[in-house]
Amino acid sequence: MKLKKSTVNALISYGIVIVAFIVCQYLIASKAMPRTLKGQMIPICVYIVMAVSLNLVVGISGELSLGHAGFMSIGAFTGAIASTWLLNALGLESALARLIISIVAGGVMAGVFGVLIGIPVLRLRGDYLAIVTLAFGEIIRNVVNCLYFSVDGMRLNISFNNPNLAGTIIVNGPAGTKGIKAISTFPVGFALIIFTLFVVLNLVNSRSGRAIMATRDNRIAAEAMGINVTKYKMMAFVTSAVLAGMAGALYGLNFSTFTAAKFKFDTSILVLVFVVLGGIGNIWGSIIAAALLTILPELLRAFADYRMLIYAIVLILVMLATNNPMLRSVFDRLLRVFRRRSPGAEMKGGAAQ
Amino acid sequence: MSEVRRRQPTKMVPAPSQGIIPERDLYSAPVLETRHLGIEFGGLKAVEDFNLIIGKTEIAGLIGPNGAGKTTVFNLLTKVYQPTMGTVLLNGRDTAGMNTVQANKLGIARTFQNIRLFGNMTVEDNVRIGLHNQVKYGMFTGIFRLPGYWKQEKAQHEKALELLSIFDMQDMAGYQAGSLPYGAQRRLEIVRALATNPSLLLLDEPAAGMNPHETEELMNNIIRIRDRFQIAIMLIEHDMNLVMGICEGICVLNYGRIIAKGTADEIQNNPVVIEAYLGKKKEG
Repeated sequence: MKLKKSTVNALISYGIVIVAFIVCQYLIASKAMPRTLKGQMIPICVYIVMAVSLNLVVGISGELSLGHAGFMSIGAFTGAIASTWLLNALGLESALARLIISIVAGGVMAGVFGVLIGIPVLRLRGDYLAIVTLAFGEIIRNVVNCLYFSVDGMRLNISFNNPNLAGTIIVNGPAGTKGIKAISTFPVGFALIIFTLFVVLNLVNSRSGRAIMATRDNRIAAEAMGINVTKYKMMAFVTSAVLAGMAGALYGLNFSTFTAAKFKFDTSILVLVFVVLGGIGNIWGSIIAAALLTILPELLRAFADYRMLIYAIVLILVMLATNNPMLRSVFDRLLRVFRRRSPGAEMKGGAAQ
Repeated sequence: MSEVRRRQPTKMVPAPSQGIIPERDLYSAPVLETRHLGIEFGGLKAVEDFNLIIGKTEIAGLIGPNGAGKTTVFNLLTKVYQPTMGTVLLNGRDTAGMNTVQANKLGIARTFQNIRLFGNMTVEDNVRIGLHNQVKYGMFTGIFRLPGYWKQEKAQHEKALELLSIFDMQDMAGYQAGSLPYGAQRRLEIVRALATNPSLLLLDEPAAGMNPHETEELMNNIIRIRDRFQIAIMLIEHDMNLVMGICEGICVLNYGRIIAKGTADEIQNNPVVIEAYLGKKKEG
């Protein structure tokens, strides 16, 4: 019974995303969409994936991570290097194939770093964990800032603080990537959103996902029930890192050039804002918040200098509104119309103390 | 230091071999045996020289005044604390160096004095967490919904409902655990602990906050659980009706030491226990 209901909810989620995608594609094809908004479609996909993946750590596993942009950065640079290497060394012409392989490579690399960083970080809890993830995010950015990559035939050269490399330079230290072909497309971004939803929703409704939520709700009881807390915290953290790396690769390949400075602390916080505004543990909230708050600054371009001021005011208003008991009860009633008290409370009411 | 203490057990403590095992369990190996178990917190001996044997299907009681170290004993047995002295043998295996997770896998499960449910999850999911180690599919089977997922989820669902039916709670399976009434939360904790398939179940004040009628029901259920699953149960309780009613062996703790062991009758008439815990009956 319960199982069926969660599957139905997941199918509805996929359905809504697919409908949104078709509407967007139609608007683009019929040239009804403004140019500025059209340029935002891929970043929206990227930030949705970032927000949903961060929600896996913050909402589902209950640990505050402030270094999510670090994994995005690793994915972006890995993706840029992989796509150029595939083109120059292997002569892979198909942009779609290169994009997909690069996204996978970005995810794998971010996953490897997720494991390496997770081992020391997940020994900590609460505020200490947040501080250390923040530090790791900054360490990644500063290290990438000093890296130089070049392709020389089949060879991939790497150096630290030495720009004199043989072959064509792809990553040029603080100047960022160079000569990358922008191959990201909106349909692939959409596919990545569907993939992310598929992974996160299915994980949450499985044995592993329940174990992750149990460690969030009560660590001591989870251990007493024979659940290896570190293992499941790690699982959530690494899965989240892989998805962030994939989003990063999609983001990086949307530009011919980008620098490591793009993935600083602000980006981590921006993604966290999406998660918090959308409701911690609420996957749908993350998607909507990420989409709206990515478009908002573009829509506010007309206000020029006051744009960030208005953005901040909107954020504050949303915070106040979501904490208003009267508005909340109205909102809850609306939700209840859509799905009558779903027993799948797993998405609601996270605990990220 | 500890060596010296080991050789000088106080007069009141019987030797470890003198258990209070019921007759039917005499011919099977004891589920739990502790020898000179103790823990010190910075010089304070919270539990000292704790010797106890629990038979395979025994219901044992652990009583004593507040602060006597009863819950500390549970924490030592489940490895929340590592003992600083002595050993714990669970099903004949030494648990030295194990953590809580390993102790649980070895067959010890517990409930908590202050309820520790997974409040945001449903009642059924709480029981499924207990079944966690009996379901063996990995993360990828779960994400990509391979055939093993559907089969094992179904089996797990049926097992969870079956366990919930012990307390007639199968209708509550879809409720959020945190929203249950207090008594139901306590019962759910017992079901969840049972789901881990233990050979020794530790109940920390299972009747706390229950009315006499509910306590009566709980007593019957504890006996039923023991008969059905053939496990040993050890409980901490302040409700003397419950303890004297169902416990076959009772152990009284005061200031971290065992002051008496025996059957309900022996304990009720033991002057040391009356002095320290039970109190005297009013005369006249």
